[in-house]
Amino acid sequence: MNRISIIVVAGSAERLQMAAMVASVGAVSGNDVRVLLSMNALPLFVKGSAGPAPAEGPVGNVMAGKKVPPFRTLFEQAVELGDAKVHPCSMAMDVLELEPGAVLPWLAEPLGLTAFLHDAQGGQLLSF
Amino acid sequence: MAERKVVDARGSFCPGPLMELIGWMKLAQVGDEIELLSSDKGSAADVPEWVKKVGHEFLGTREEGGVWHIVVKKAK
Repeated sequence: MNRISIIVVAGSAERLQMAAMVASVGAVSGNDVRVLLSMNALPLFVKGSAGPAPAEGPVGNVMAGKKVPPFRTLFEQAVELGDAKVHPCSMAMDVLELEPGAVLPWLAEPLGLTAFLHDAQGGQLLSF
Repeated sequence: MAERKVVDARGSFCPGPLMELIGWMKLAQVGDEIELLSSDKGSAADVPEWVKKVGHEFLGTREEGGVWHIVVKKAK
């Protein structure tokens, strides 16, 4: 099984959407998908943060008015339909003073970069 | 007895129709057919690729008035 490791650090609609598309389609196509949410991406996965991410350019604004699958839904489908694992970054959790229970319930346990990179060896590594 | 279910994903953009299809495929029995309705041109090309990759049976696509009817048979 091919492994796809995805690091998401951006909090913009466009980058989150693309990362979520890769994660979901990758996972349901038989790949072993691991995602690490860090930096500006992580606050968008804290419980209660249900709103859209801010657009960084014109396409993000256009997407907001179309029936594009929400990025959170796509990540959750990657988990539920494709057995992907979406981890919050332990460093970002510490910086933001978040407990594991503070993030959305379908996220996996917090993971450090060392373990994530170790698991990513031999596969594809993408960052958004 | 095998059934055919129509899944209406019109209006949704990629990969929404594919994810809708997969959700229903999980619930279907082997031999069941799903007819996916999609207005997303990209999905009309992508969905058959997924079907072939994961080993289900692609029964065909037809376009009617900007809506693609993509028919898939659950094979496993």
